[in-house]
Amino acid sequence: MSLFSLQDVSYAYPRGDTVLHDVSLSLETGQNLGILGESGSGKSTLLRLMLGLAAPSDGTLSADGTPLDIHSRARMQAHRRFAQPVFQDPYTSLDPRMRIGRALAEPHAALGLPGDAQAEIARVLAAVNLPQDSTLRRPRAFSGGQRQRIAIARALIARPRVLLADEPVSALDLSTRVRVIDLLAELSRDLTLVLVSHDIAIVAALCPRLIVLQHGRVVEAGETRQILRDPQHDYTRMLLSSLPRLPDSKETAR
Amino acid sequence: MSLLQVQDLTVSAGARELVHGVSFDLRPGERLGLVGESGSGKSLTAMAIVGLLAPGLTAGGSVLLDGQQMIGRPDRDLVRLRGAVASVVFQDPRSALDPLMRLGDQLAAPIRRRAVREGRALSSAQLRAEQIRWLDRVAIPEPDRILRAWPHEVSGGQRQRIAIAMALACGPRLLIADEPTTALDVSSQAEVLDLLGGLVRDEGLSLLFISHDLPVVARICDRVVVMRQGRAVEEGPTARVFTDPQDPYSQGLVAAARRLQSALENPA
Repeated sequence: MSLFSLQDVSYAYPRGDTVLHDVSLSLETGQNLGILGESGSGKSTLLRLMLGLAAPSDGTLSADGTPLDIHSRARMQAHRRFAQPVFQDPYTSLDPRMRIGRALAEPHAALGLPGDAQAEIARVLAAVNLPQDSTLRRPRAFSGGQRQRIAIARALIARPRVLLADEPVSALDLSTRVRVIDLLAELSRDLTLVLVSHDIAIVAALCPRLIVLQHGRVVEAGETRQILRDPQHDYTRMLLSSLPRLPDSKETAR
Repeated sequence: MSLLQVQDLTVSAGARELVHGVSFDLRPGERLGLVGESGSGKSLTAMAIVGLLAPGLTAGGSVLLDGQQMIGRPDRDLVRLRGAVASVVFQDPRSALDPLMRLGDQLAAPIRRRAVREGRALSSAQLRAEQIRWLDRVAIPEPDRILRAWPHEVSGGQRQRIAIAMALACGPRLLIADEPTTALDVSSQAEVLDLLGGLVRDEGLSLLFISHDLPVVARICDRVVVMRQGRAVEEGPTARVFTDPQDPYSQGLVAAARRLQSALENPA
């Protein structure tokens, strides 16, 4: 059974523009999916629909085998345990006044999760390689990369089966970025990742499957490896050829 | 002779030193990249060169721009030198443009200033011709519509091109670009980079390009200075530094960039 299944999903703002047109996709367990697009492509809107922050104007969206009804409290409570978000900016996604211990305990209580909260907090901090005494500190005591680890830990409290990440490393420095990508790769042994990004390299590093969005439409979908080797759509070709590259190093020069 | 000579530049916030004695030269026509992660002091270095440090920050050492000492000079002198010798393009074109002023009026300001500086009279027909010529130089179509438009009515890539046109219309000899493509989409990033490279070459300008993005720097710069925590840790030709870095920090940075790039050849 697919984790997510979208059939001809469209989304239009009330009395406004249609920003997604007939998007279909399915997410299978263990098959990380990359959603690649530039600004205005509708990639973040698509993620919002999958999170249940908005409902499609048209088409059907199922999660964990059943349609997602965002007006049903019980359905959404279950959905929050099933799929958790990670956002781009770790400086705004954490409450600056809240100690990390409380920030991590909050979703545990709000979602009515089983198990001892303190033990769960210890588990997620270990999963993101942060020291246990992080609970006593506030966000300002942490660097950008550490804050993004905390945001990921907060998502992991629910033991979700899907992590929906919107540009999770774009705000990070290069060396931190590589370490957070490693962490996401490690975590995706136990959960499935949907990664929204404008950066082909990051999608390629984490996702064996890929869809390319342009102006709210899927222009290309399939295996990342295949798309990188032989892009079919002009837009994908343009994105790949626009990428600046480092000069060949001595090791890789053939 | 060097167009820009930075010697032992320091930037301090009160007693705290943020940039610790950075030195480098920039020759006419050369394109130099300042690369580093956040907090490396690369933007502070660039802003100190043109005397645009935020209040509370002070610069020490020596910055000779076209033979003129920039450090410790009163702002009224600097205003004259900015534009005439060096102009700046910033990361976010939205903050470089006045949201309440039509694009044509904004582009007219540096054109008029340059005319005054060069003692030329500028008729309104000549001004219009100059505006259209600059839009054409930065590859913006439909000049009539763009000149009447407000900043919010054009795309991010177009806003950045207009900011570049405004910087170049001053007639500088040095263009300082601080992360000019970071806020742009991949496709407009490539276009703006190529445009910038072409303009710098055609106008015979020097370029000081500040970025955290190594592949972007590789595309446009001849030489790079790698900065870390307020110090220049390595300097050399771009191809050499990015293929055979000597400093341990540059080695780590280049290795991280190569690892990201390798995912393109060998995806998950």
